[in-house]
Amino acid sequence: MAADSALVLSLVEEFVSGLVDSKAKEAAAAVKDGKFTVLELVEALGQGLTSSQPHTRARGVQLLSDVLNECYGSLTEREVEVLIAFYENRLKDHYVVTPPVLQGLKALTKSSVLPPGSAVSMLRSLFQDVHVQSLMLAERACVYNMLLNLMQTREAELKSLGADFVFGFVQSMDGERDPRNLLLSFQIATNIIHRDYDLGKFAEELFEVTSCYFPIDFSPPPNDPHGITKEELILALRSILAGTPKFAEFLLPLIIEKVDSDVQSAKLDSLQTLAVSVSQYEHKDLADFLEGLWTSIRREVFQTSSEKIESAGLAALTALTSCVSRSVLNSDSEDSLSTFLDLVIKDCNHHLSEPDLKLVWPSAKLLQAACSASIRASHIITAAVMPSLIEQYNTRTQCSHRRTLLEVVQKFIQSVKASNVSENAEDNALVAYRPSLCSMVFSALSETNDSLQITATSVLTSLAQQKGLLEESDVEVAVDQLTKILLTDEDDRVCLAVIECTGALAALHPAQFISKMIPRLKIEMFAVPMDEDSIEASKRPSHHAVRQRCLSALAAVSTEPGVVRESTPVLLELLTAAHTGSVPFTAEDVVLACRSLQRIAEQVQDTEETGQCFHRVVIPRLLSLALQAALQGEDVPRSSPLVEESVLSAVVPVISTSCSRLQPKLAEETASKAVSLFLTGNVSFLPDNSFPSNIQLLKGDSWKQSQLVCLLMGCVCSLPRSVEVPQLDELLCALEDLSCSSSHALSYTAAAKCFAGLVNKRPLGEGLDSLIQRTVKRVSAELDSPNSSVRTQAFTLMIWVAKALLLRYHPLSTTLTNKLFSLLDDADLGSVAADGFSLLMSDSGDVLHRASHADVRIMYRQRFFSENSSKLVQGFHSAQEKKPNYLKALSNIVNKLPKQVQVTELPALLSLLLEALSCPDLSVQLSTLSCLEPVLVDPPPALIQQLEALVSRLITLTSSPAMDVKIGSLRCIHALSHFPAHEILPFRARVLRALAKPLDDKKRLVRSEAVHARGEWFLLGSPGGR
Amino acid sequence: MSSRLENANPVIFQRSGERLLTGSEADEDVHDPIDDREIFDILVSINDPEHPLSLEELNVVEQVRVKVDDAESTVGIEFTPTIPHCSMATLIGLSIKVKLLRSLPDRFKIDVHITPGTHASEDAVNKQLADKERVAAALENSSLLEVVNQCLTTRNM
Repeated sequence: MAADSALVLSLVEEFVSGLVDSKAKEAAAAVKDGKFTVLELVEALGQGLTSSQPHTRARGVQLLSDVLNECYGSLTEREVEVLIAFYENRLKDHYVVTPPVLQGLKALTKSSVLPPGSAVSMLRSLFQDVHVQSLMLAERACVYNMLLNLMQTREAELKSLGADFVFGFVQSMDGERDPRNLLLSFQIATNIIHRDYDLGKFAEELFEVTSCYFPIDFSPPPNDPHGITKEELILALRSILAGTPKFAEFLLPLIIEKVDSDVQSAKLDSLQTLAVSVSQYEHKDLADFLEGLWTSIRREVFQTSSEKIESAGLAALTALTSCVSRSVLNSDSEDSLSTFLDLVIKDCNHHLSEPDLKLVWPSAKLLQAACSASIRASHIITAAVMPSLIEQYNTRTQCSHRRTLLEVVQKFIQSVKASNVSENAEDNALVAYRPSLCSMVFSALSETNDSLQITATSVLTSLAQQKGLLEESDVEVAVDQLTKILLTDEDDRVCLAVIECTGALAALHPAQFISKMIPRLKIEMFAVPMDEDSIEASKRPSHHAVRQRCLSALAAVSTEPGVVRESTPVLLELLTAAHTGSVPFTAEDVVLACRSLQRIAEQVQDTEETGQCFHRVVIPRLLSLALQAALQGEDVPRSSPLVEESVLSAVVPVISTSCSRLQPKLAEETASKAVSLFLTGNVSFLPDNSFPSNIQLLKGDSWKQSQLVCLLMGCVCSLPRSVEVPQLDELLCALEDLSCSSSHALSYTAAAKCFAGLVNKRPLGEGLDSLIQRTVKRVSAELDSPNSSVRTQAFTLMIWVAKALLLRYHPLSTTLTNKLFSLLDDADLGSVAADGFSLLMSDSGDVLHRASHADVRIMYRQRFFSENSSKLVQGFHSAQEKKPNYLKALSNIVNKLPKQVQVTELPALLSLLLEALSCPDLSVQLSTLSCLEPVLVDPPPALIQQLEALVSRLITLTSSPAMDVKIGSLRCIHALSHFPAHEILPFRARVLRALAKPLDDKKRLVRSEAVHARGEWFLLGSPGGR
Repeated sequence: MSSRLENANPVIFQRSGERLLTGSEADEDVHDPIDDREIFDILVSINDPEHPLSLEELNVVEQVRVKVDDAESTVGIEFTPTIPHCSMATLIGLSIKVKLLRSLPDRFKIDVHITPGTHASEDAVNKQLADKERVAAALENSSLLEVVNQCLTTRNM
């Protein structure tokens, strides 16, 4: 104990007189270790606390406070009481003593054994003896932290202080300027408001000290270590100002004043604050200011040029209206909601009767914002607006007016929807106008004006999506009209809109489409065109176009299983008729029919019923038709469209979408049937079974048969990974043989893709490794012998397998990609190899993508790029004649990389890319330009260092003979104009001179790019420009 | 703010769509002459000095009032102020002229004037716009150039 008292004395001595700050830490550690107590420390301090020198006293208190700051947790209640009494007393001491006293008090506020009443006495002395705003930054923070600590633990005691607490706080924060302290004091104010402290008569004072910061205008200094943002301050302040209705009478005039200011950010902040605040207000808080607020909001929406302010204004109006809607109606008082809405209607409604003037839209938006606030508001607004809109629509004759009116009506239909929460359809404010609305839409649909018709279809869709606005009888009329337009209208845009609309309607009212539309479409599609030359026919769309529309419409309506059950047989019937030739369908018709089937498979719900439909009916029928077509002899008069490559390529996605999406169990069945068909010629599951028994589709004897392997690919390569493919090894062998032996491009490519698709999904292990090694050996052998007749085939297999392995990060993929790099120097395959990189890096349409459940790892492109870019650079420098191949390969890879990666990798490759710009090969120039253009939007520093080289090469390319190169380089030059002005200003004169020439180019597309680019460069460095 | 606008609620016209791409335009070997629509497309993006609207939306420029002769290298533009007393007419004319000077090859002679009978001081404005030296002098004035450049800045849609 004696040694300890010596220790404490020496620590005190060194800290107080020796000014060694580190001793405070040691003392704190000693107290924690129990070497001496806080009481002993106080005794030891003795002289340090009572010295006549204020600085010595400050030092003494400092030591005590530092120790307390570490050890507040171990103090007893009695100790705390004594210490608080001591510190409170010290607050009256000399001003240099105050900072350590505050630190000590702050430490004590964190104690869990604060005696009752001490919080109050602490605050009383604090508010009485200290003028916070004359303290330094850190001490002010100390005071705020004390308050926050006490609010956390002693809420009840603080509230017992009543309004004195608020007054004390108001005095302490009045005039605070540091953003860090502001955040703290805003936090205190928020607590006061949201935790229900008594504001007493100081509500206005509290509002004054906080609202003086509104609207916040703060831009943090560069490299600000505190990371305080303007947003943070704005939100903190907003939660105070908008926190209580007691502020309403002060806040609302302030908001009106700030909305009227010229500063855009002030307008925005005010409107947003308004929208938040009124959510807590009642009508009486608002009543006096409603008119002023409305005037300000109206002016902003009518005149603003900023969409942000407009939408903030509209949101504020919605909030105001819903606040007024909450007010309870008394029998004697006036209805405040209708009074307010009368004001809105009076100012806006008359603009709706001038549909060609500017203010029609702002007025409509304001009315719609009010309309969406509550059900009652919807009723009042629609009652005021709809009759005149409908009346106008019926009396106006100009189509553009009628279209605007229709668009306005549509927006009203949508805004009423937002407030329609009840299930009861009768509550919809528009139910009363249903007949007029429907007749409006139907009359617009029967107009000859395209844009009017298009608008009408989207209004119809909006009507359908609202309960009770479209009855069955209306749907019937709609279906008739839509069908009529589809079959007779000339304009394709109208038909697209109609098809979209039928899709939306059919999902809600399938019965009408099954009974009326599908049979009608079927008749039209199967009709044999009559004499197209007659005058009657020339006014109508061509028969082919109608057929095309019917097919798209058929796909669009098929979202419900019930509709699918009716529509797919029609499409299959079409395919059968095309195959037999009973109706003269072209290959193009067949492709479109397949697309429709594909779209149905993509959009339909995955139910047992639809799965059955596709796996048991559609796929067997497609396979059967394709097989019949393939088995046709050469002697038939008319060959079936189903042997054409374009048709088969359209059949593949139907099969693959069904197998990947619908009912995995059934897909597994389909796969095993397909495999047995292709391996052993098992045709038992096909309809119309009259096939010979010895079919060998994978032997490659006849191209018509071997090309069917693409259908097998569609089936087995798109199965979920959990589904196993039967007879996999046999199948892989057969596919490999076919891909290395066939001379028919579609056959060997499809076999290679199918092989790759299966390899991608095969589980890791011995089996897979030996399979790959066998393939690599075979492929290399063919590629290494220059006289081999199947080098292209071997190359195709190699590139697809390489892709399959690369996607799943298989270690053996490098063997294949290295082979690909070495082929860049090859005399025959060099350029194909360069193009192969684009195949490796891009998503393929039919296999090896995520939709077909392939194993695709994220960021495989980046990985491939970072592992291999150096090889390309080296290869480029050592290559002799084939340099362009390397550049092409590089730009193929870089082109497909995500932009973030391009930007980070660019410095290393920039010299090569610039080289590529001066490479004479047009395709290299083009692909380099296309990968430069996105990078230029946000230029990396490395690029800015090379500006001179870049600008001169781009300028040279603007006089290239090829139009695409000219356009690409002009776009890049356009993008350059957005670089930092000081970097590009030196080039301005030169670029402007160079761009004068393409202004007179013979191609219009080149001229228009030049006009855009030159306009931007002119604005650079010019007053009012950039 | 409302006091500063001369015409707060102007008539708004529909914008014409993008020019449709024809097959011959994509063909390297065909020479596309500069036509009225092309000049009109250059002008449509010019902003009105008062409203956040383009000259096309306010119908100040129309395709039928654009006349170009590629072979003779002449362009004639008539523009129509929204109201007869529009004080911005000269400024709009100047913006059109500057835009064309920047966008057309040197060989063109550019004539910009007000549609006859649509403005109170038509002759004075036309005279100003036709006077090369006054146009050049106007563009030396940096505050005037600033306003013109603002009209020619493409808005971010």
